Amino acid sequence: MTEHLDALARALPRILDGLLITIELTLGGAAVALAVAVALGLLVRTHNLLIRGAARVVIEFFRGTSLLVQLFFLFFVLPLPPFYLEIEPVAVGIIGLGLNYGAYGAEVVRGSIGAVPREQWEATTALSMTKFQRMTRVIFPQAWALMIPSLNNLLIQLLKGTAVVYLITIVDLTAELNKLRIETDVFFAYSLGLVLYFALAWLLSTGMNALERRATRRLGRGPARRIRRRARAEVGA
Amino acid sequence: MPTEHRTHTGAIELADGDVPAIRFQHVVKRFGDHTVLDDLNFTVRKGDRVTLIGPSGSGKTTILRLVMTLEEATDGFILIDDRPLTHVEREGRRVALKEKHRTEMRKRIGMVFQQFNLFPNMTVLENITEAPVHVLRRPKGEAIRRAHELLEQVGLPDKADAHPSALSGGQQQRVAIARALAMDPEILLLDEVTSALDPEVVGEVLGILRDVAANTDVTMLIVTHEMQFARDVSNRVMMFDGGRIVEEGTPEQIFSDPQEQRTRDFLSAVS
Amino acid sequence: MIDTSFWNWDHAWAVLPDMLWAFLRVTLVVTIAASAIAAVLGLAIALVRRTAPRPVAAVVTGIMNVIRMTPLVVQLLFALYGLLAIGAEVPSIAIAIVVFGIHYATYMADVYRAGIDAVPRGQWEATVALSMSRGRTWRAVVIPQALRATAPALGNYVISMFKETPFVSVIFVHDMVRTAQLYGGEHFRYIEAITLAGLLFLAASYPTSLLIARLEKRLAY
Repeated sequence: MTEHLDALARALPRILDGLLITIELTLGGAAVALAVAVALGLLVRTHNLLIRGAARVVIEFFRGTSLLVQLFFLFFVLPLPPFYLEIEPVAVGIIGLGLNYGAYGAEVVRGSIGAVPREQWEATTALSMTKFQRMTRVIFPQAWALMIPSLNNLLIQLLKGTAVVYLITIVDLTAELNKLRIETDVFFAYSLGLVLYFALAWLLSTGMNALERRATRRLGRGPARRIRRRARAEVGA
Repeated sequence: MPTEHRTHTGAIELADGDVPAIRFQHVVKRFGDHTVLDDLNFTVRKGDRVTLIGPSGSGKTTILRLVMTLEEATDGFILIDDRPLTHVEREGRRVALKEKHRTEMRKRIGMVFQQFNLFPNMTVLENITEAPVHVLRRPKGEAIRRAHELLEQVGLPDKADAHPSALSGGQQQRVAIARALAMDPEILLLDEVTSALDPEVVGEVLGILRDVAANTDVTMLIVTHEMQFARDVSNRVMMFDGGRIVEEGTPEQIFSDPQEQRTRDFLSAVS
Repeated sequence: MIDTSFWNWDHAWAVLPDMLWAFLRVTLVVTIAASAIAAVLGLAIALVRRTAPRPVAAVVTGIMNVIRMTPLVVQLLFALYGLLAIGAEVPSIAIAIVVFGIHYATYMADVYRAGIDAVPRGQWEATVALSMSRGRTWRAVVIPQALRATAPALGNYVISMFKETPFVSVIFVHDMVRTAQLYGGEHFRYIEAITLAGLLFLAASYPTSLLIARLEKRLAY
């Protein structure tokens, strides 16, 4: 066991590099995915049939073709004629993950906006709000609270999806685990890997849960923190 | 019908030959901090038709659910046919009985629910024969025959192969009654069985229950808002409030000449 | 001379047979076999979590969460190299099927759990009123109703699994995408192979997801 720990100590800088790449891919991919999800989720709800149709095609395209196909397309096909577009591997990873999971996210956004009660929409009409005001100040904030749990799931899936990018030569955490396996043994290396990924997933979930609590609190669906503390003091808990 | 003795605690005196079907002894039921029943004592004799009336939250439905073992009493003892239902006293302590015993006791008791609770993945016939075949171990042919008899009795002879979703509320409740009767229970519990029905079909369900009351000697414990039905079918009425028996007696006594103010208030509010 | 055209049908036709063959031999086989494992194992996990004594249920939940929240890729690598390390000679495709099956069983266990929770309380109470045994209650009343509610979600997970089968490349199983990649590497022409792979996935998954959506509407009681 000690030899493994020694090897691990030696490999630690590389593993941390790999971990950093994985985190970069996850957060970068998540940012792109969120932007894509909101954009497509809103576009697929407009009355304009053409835009709605186009958005629907884009969503189904990126959901229906597999993640690895998309990554390979960006990595192998684009640099060659006739595109001649060479994108740095990590950027390929971020864009590919963002587009793929963004398409899934679009469905979540669409569903959550649709789940906001009709009365809310009608109230904004009664107050003569513009469409922009309506969406940004009333509808989306409510939809946001509803969509966080599903987005949480997608975020975890995105994190798990990053593990395949070593096939397009990105040296992420999984790539480093493969190297570590050779220096130590299978069980040590991959068990460590599972622990690290699990820890990352747990951290992300905790963050998302906190986000959700904040979002629902702002909507008044749960006691505000200050009042809760005061109430607890009164009861003498 | 057994002779009547009227008290406020529901602990009637048993005459010779009376068999106590249900006996509550110092029953307490708490849900968290909320005490629903507090030291409740009463006796129901075999063949009695007892209606429990009173405001919501008074504990009437809880009593039914305790008898059906859907809830467990926090303290006290419930006896069915003088045998303990869930707990017994041994060496001064209240001891819980094994599940096997409870299952045996449960088989004598049947319940019809406000929401019918028919199994949507089974046909009407399968709903009625499920328990007799698998619990009472009756031969399938016999169970089916009996099911058809019961469907005749409740006025739905041609619905045997229908699914519950295809039936109206009143029809579903009638099937639910048939399903409960198929087990030949000694005690039948009716928990607001018409409250979820449209007014037009309440009558057809109550009619079935009137027939059951007239043609069998099953002990019935009824929670209902239908006062006329209570008058027609019951031989005893108990008025509950705050988990205690406020007043009890015959329907004539309770409905026409209530002694307690709370009873009078309640009856004037619901009539 | 490097081919600089946008699309060359010669390459498309050249790679298509191998890709279709890989699609049948690997992609479909893994999806179907692993889905079967996941559906059954997922139900078993859900039942254990619901009915087993607390410590057992807690352990099962813990293992389930670890598998669910860590990458399938790492699990595949772990399985492949782990088996090699202990000298077991298991065909890679079998490893893929089992690992996919277990991984997706953890998703399906959650779906089953939601389905079981969605069975109305009144159904359980009716089984008590009829003195039905626990086993009979599960088999005749609860599971049939839970399955009806969960079938569409399970179907969607099968489609997800189908689209994740390319991950078997990491344990050197020649699925459709790896076939495309190898062809591309050989001929320096990726666009036809990769595009065809994408279109095949799309052609298989999109209609199926529409069917499942239709099924979901029809299954509501």
